[in-house]
Amino acid sequence: MSPTLTDAGVAASDPSDGLAVLEQRGSTAETFGIPLAVLAEVTHRCPLQCPYCSNPVELERGGSELTTEEWKKVLTELAEIGVLQIHFSGGEPTARKDLVELVQHASDVGLYSNLITSAVLLTKERLGALADAGLCHVQISFQGNEPVVADRVAGLKNAHQKKIEVARWTRELDLPLTVNAVMHRQNLHQLSDIIQMAVDLDADRLEVANVQYYGWALKNRAALMPTMAQIEEASRIVEEAEVQLKGILAIDYVVPDYYALRPKKCMGGWGRQFFNISPAGKILPCHAAETITGLEFLSVRSNHSIAWIWQNSEAFNRYRGTGWMKEPCKSCEFREIDFGGCRCQAFALTGDAGNTDPACTLSPAHEEIFKQAEREAAADNNRFLYRNFAGGTLETEGEHGA
Amino acid sequence: MAALRSRNISVSETSRPILPRHAKLKFDETRQRWVILAPERVLAPDDIAVEVLQLCDGVRSVEQMIDRLAEKYAADRGAIGTDVIAMLQDLADKGFLTEAREKTS
Repeated sequence: MSPTLTDAGVAASDPSDGLAVLEQRGSTAETFGIPLAVLAEVTHRCPLQCPYCSNPVELERGGSELTTEEWKKVLTELAEIGVLQIHFSGGEPTARKDLVELVQHASDVGLYSNLITSAVLLTKERLGALADAGLCHVQISFQGNEPVVADRVAGLKNAHQKKIEVARWTRELDLPLTVNAVMHRQNLHQLSDIIQMAVDLDADRLEVANVQYYGWALKNRAALMPTMAQIEEASRIVEEAEVQLKGILAIDYVVPDYYALRPKKCMGGWGRQFFNISPAGKILPCHAAETITGLEFLSVRSNHSIAWIWQNSEAFNRYRGTGWMKEPCKSCEFREIDFGGCRCQAFALTGDAGNTDPACTLSPAHEEIFKQAEREAAADNNRFLYRNFAGGTLETEGEHGA
Repeated sequence: MAALRSRNISVSETSRPILPRHAKLKFDETRQRWVILAPERVLAPDDIAVEVLQLCDGVRSVEQMIDRLAEKYAADRGAIGTDVIAMLQDLADKGFLTEAREKTS
């Protein structure tokens, strides 16, 4: 007898996916059930400067961040409306001095807490305090498997060594560890070594996440876009590792959608399974949603409850379900499978978030972006624009050795 | 690799399984059903899995769990035992059960 353990969703590869089973009674797109997991971007401040940062290009300053009391109120409200897991993310969440207090509060109200961190600001003592506060899981981002590539991508010296150290403390504290490796043209050659590194660090999970091109990553697309050959090789390596490491390391693999045939079911569908909260308290359908101009996102500081914003705000309802779709999505047999792909990508590449995501071969723009990706990958211009509050800083000639 | 292996337990009647700290069995009031919360996942166990998991406190042995279930359901102990061990092993393989360890260090 094998127990029926229905997977209600893996929230990683698709940060979002969370609901299928728990809300299977009706169509989720119609019922707008409260998400199982919510991403709290508690700050945009971060000591790293990764050129593919998922934060918006217009970063929210420290002064506009929600206060400790405001975040606690948010956590309480989330638990009350049925959210089960909270991901503390950023920016770098440990840059907030009150993080231990926030994790403790999450535990107190019954939320399962994940820490999504670059790890570089953590001390052993602070990690221990987070564990004592009830932290359930730690996810550490890695930029490569060794310092030369990794520190250059992060734009911070000694970052890699520090990450390795914190990963070890995490396992010493018996906290489960996920290694998150963001992959692109300039580190894909390290993939096998990164997998081995995750095994050596005694990680439970490895996310092999190819860069998705919005915001900062879109600005850096020419420096990051992999070649088709690299992607084929990466897929082969992951497939082999999945077989070899079954029961030792779970691998979630996110393919770069420029080279895909079908678009990703981004966020499990807009406003369907996921929302995140920005440092200043804005409730967003995804962390890149603010790149779409012309949408107004309400904040927890408004007069509305979080549940009201999720269910009724114009921004969430604009691209919910399938009613907003134009052709070729409108009559497409896959429209409820991928919900037309990613709204942010459609906006970034076509100027209209209501268009089909060009990652889809059925999009009239697909051929052009596919060719563009190939051209950029082949041109091999490797200079980064580093992410910062000043709108980005171009890597100097001396720095980039590649 | 030693640490890795210690995470995967082999379930027998003498085992005293318990949920690891990163797997939490919880009743979800909003959706009115039991869930297991795990890193990046929410699982919906069926009623039998919930009943068995609730017995896994790290003190009670599998033998005692089987006795209890056999009595409750007035069922054949041999059959129940096979089923319960298979279920626990499956949960353990998925990372939702570990064994209460003697404090040796």
